Amino acid sequence: MSEQFTKPATTDPVVRIEDLSVTFATDAGRVVAVQDVSLQVAAGEVLAIVGESGSGKTVTARSILGLLPETATTRGAILLTRKDGSSSADVVTVKRSELGEVRGRDAAMVFQEPSTALNPVFPVGWQIIEGLRAHGRYTRAEARAKAVDVLRRVGIPEPEKRIDSYPHQFSGGQKQRIVIAQALVLDPGVIIADEPTTALDVTVQAEILDLLRRCRDEFGTAIVLITHNMGVVADLADRVAVMYQGQLVEQADVRTLFANPRDEYTKQLLGSVPRLGQGVARTRERAAARPAGWTTATPVVEARDLRIVYPGRLRKPDFTAVDGVSFAIRPGEVLGLVGESGSGKTTIGRAIAGLTKVTGGSLSVLGTEMNGVKERRFRPVRERIGFVFQDPASSFNPLLTIAQAVAEPLVVHGRAKDAHAARGRVDELLEAVQLPRSFGDRFPHELSGGQRQRASLARALALGPELLIADEPTSALDVSVQARVLELFDELQRELGFACLFISHDLAVVDLLADRIAVLYRGQLVEEGTGEQVLGAPQHPYTQRLLASLPVPDPDEQAARRASWHQLA
Amino acid sequence: MATPATPVRRTRGLPVVRQLKQAVGLQRGMLIAGLVLTGIFLLTAAVAPLLAPYGYDQLRDADGPFGAQQSPSGEHWLGTTVGGYDVLSRVIYGTRTALAVIVVAIVLSLFIGVLIGLLSGYFGGWLDRVLVVVCDAVYAFPTLLLAIVMAIVISGGQSSLWGGIFAAAISITVIYIPQYFRVIRAETVRIKAEAYVESAKVIGASHWRIMTRHVLRNATRTLPLIFTLNASEAILTLAGLGFLGFGIEPTSGAEWGFDLNRALSDVTSGIWWTSIFPGAAIVWVVLGLTLVGESLNDLADPRLRSRRAAEAGETGEVTVVPGGPLGAGPGGLAGIEETR
Repeated sequence: MSEQFTKPATTDPVVRIEDLSVTFATDAGRVVAVQDVSLQVAAGEVLAIVGESGSGKTVTARSILGLLPETATTRGAILLTRKDGSSSADVVTVKRSELGEVRGRDAAMVFQEPSTALNPVFPVGWQIIEGLRAHGRYTRAEARAKAVDVLRRVGIPEPEKRIDSYPHQFSGGQKQRIVIAQALVLDPGVIIADEPTTALDVTVQAEILDLLRRCRDEFGTAIVLITHNMGVVADLADRVAVMYQGQLVEQADVRTLFANPRDEYTKQLLGSVPRLGQGVARTRERAAARPAGWTTATPVVEARDLRIVYPGRLRKPDFTAVDGVSFAIRPGEVLGLVGESGSGKTTIGRAIAGLTKVTGGSLSVLGTEMNGVKERRFRPVRERIGFVFQDPASSFNPLLTIAQAVAEPLVVHGRAKDAHAARGRVDELLEAVQLPRSFGDRFPHELSGGQRQRASLARALALGPELLIADEPTSALDVSVQARVLELFDELQRELGFACLFISHDLAVVDLLADRIAVLYRGQLVEEGTGEQVLGAPQHPYTQRLLASLPVPDPDEQAARRASWHQLA
Repeated sequence: MATPATPVRRTRGLPVVRQLKQAVGLQRGMLIAGLVLTGIFLLTAAVAPLLAPYGYDQLRDADGPFGAQQSPSGEHWLGTTVGGYDVLSRVIYGTRTALAVIVVAIVLSLFIGVLIGLLSGYFGGWLDRVLVVVCDAVYAFPTLLLAIVMAIVISGGQSSLWGGIFAAAISITVIYIPQYFRVIRAETVRIKAEAYVESAKVIGASHWRIMTRHVLRNATRTLPLIFTLNASEAILTLAGLGFLGFGIEPTSGAEWGFDLNRALSDVTSGIWWTSIFPGAAIVWVVLGLTLVGESLNDLADPRLRSRRAAEAGETGEVTVVPGGPLGAGPGGLAGIEETR
């Protein structure tokens, strides 16, 4: 049935954006999100738009579908051409009714979060057929046949049966496949993929990227890929457009861009992407500098056969998040904990901080046994533990100034009478994390993500902890910001010498900082060793797969890695 | 989306003043109208003795008794009631009673409702379950019926001004505690899961500190809104109580609902002034408070707030908030029954 997917008839661009400017009306006045952007997407081409948050990449891509909120004002022209070249329309000036026709038929969208892009109360097949019905007349059987066909093409096993399943019966990766199927079923000329793999695990990401590549090769669909992950760009894109502060700073062929970036910002962006193998030398150096007898020192954290079970609800079985994990963190050591979502890495971090109850085995934190510990007994120990949360935006009370928030641990533990009295120490801390003192008087929403995460670090270090737990501290940050925060983290660790559990899903980030890396898979510790051992010669099949799935920011190297990944899979 | 280059604002301003600056167009008009109506009400209550020509319980002056059911004249601008009181004076003094009842009722229900909502949401468990069931049970009663029962229980035949005010206020309190309880509890449950509460826990802050410093302050965002809407409902409940004869005696305080009750028989005999003016006063206050509440509600929601530079036209100007009738009728039974 492949004839229903037309090969592109023209060599004309399917999308032509000319002098696009988008302004938003906000409480603070007009905000220019995109300024004079001109772009073209040729048929069957993958154009990646990269840039940090706030660069206008999502707004540009969404405006292709006319999907901007009412507060937006759009100027310029966006010409969408049908795949067979029969008609084209300017999305900016087209009427609302016609816009509905254009959406889906000429251009379709794949969203970031597959679990929210599907309606939970309808079967997936119904949702695909709904799109078909909106654009043409099909009998029930025809529509169903088409939906089954497209599901098979995106790699859903047994599509005849699965078509009647509901979204929650699919895994995250499968849901994203269904969203892509939904986009493909009308055979659009271009698919707008807004961070299509950001919410997915690395191993699943590799599969989805593979599928998107097939969309281009088999269906001849052009793809506008919005992403901040340079590895993904290297893997999939043909051409790259770099955006910065609403403007297009560079546009080039993917190889040219990675080999010799011209713009200063692009160079900086590429330079800040962490790469595997960067941490090896550093780890060796640190290992050599350890004092004698360090290996026999009492560990700061020691887990033996640790089990954490969440009770099931309504007669559902209990969920074992952590299943017989043993590890130790010695004083001054950084242990990197890697794993995908649901592997139990965050649960372990929370258990060490006393936020989650330990249900089995033994977990000793700074000499206190956490299995069955009472909050009253653990409270004095908290003074010696710092915690950095994943999302800096939500880990600050919005009504407290940064200085008040950083002073909070000092006040709680009686080191200062109130936030005002603690100000001297707070200023020192802010300086240590390279924030200007005056930032202490600002509210969290007045800081950028990176600045907030620094403040979060300052708060965690306020009491001079012996142990720091960092739960994905940089995953909510842009790459360029991430690089700076990681550098700062490394510096502070050297200077203050605290032990650290560094939790992350990003192997490259962990490799950069950790002395030892532990890999978690479905609640079990599958591999542990130095970065050199784990990343250089992985033993466990899961670690091997994880490593092979990680896209590297180099198109040629990534092509080779892709080939080896295919062999593994 | 690009972050706006906002000028750094140090202060966040008082609740209503901030919204007034923010509002544009129709929403601003609604808010200003509401504030003006409410302002006049408050001002009248403050200087009632200066404005009113006679006392609220005055039946005679130097020239002898006023006489009953006198039509509006130079001496009695709005006429006199069937009991021989001056209508204008009673309408003006009525603002004091209304204000006192609103303040006492709102303050009591606010403190109790917020406190138990906070405890219930934060600790959860059996305490939460019991409180939710109790509040639901109270919520399920017809409000006026409950208020009547409470009025009988509390006043027990008293007829002094403050006795009456407290009876009315406490009976209203009982009805409104569940509202504050629910709002604060829901917010607390939401905020409890926020990362900043967890970070406070990790720091080792005590439960009380977390509750007051981190949870409560973030949970009060919607309070000004419920506050104004409940204030207008409190007036209607008070008027309803008075109308049914459970209010404040004419000798101990002026109360619009009571006056309306006494004016019932006048209506059929063509005496309009005894019912129109107290009724209009109720409408005035309820309208003013409701307008303020509704505009605050719209402005609090970024999706409903119209903005200065919006070229796409105004967004919807009214939202339906549970228990917030925009044009509630005068203090008749129909008007009261609609408000819940």
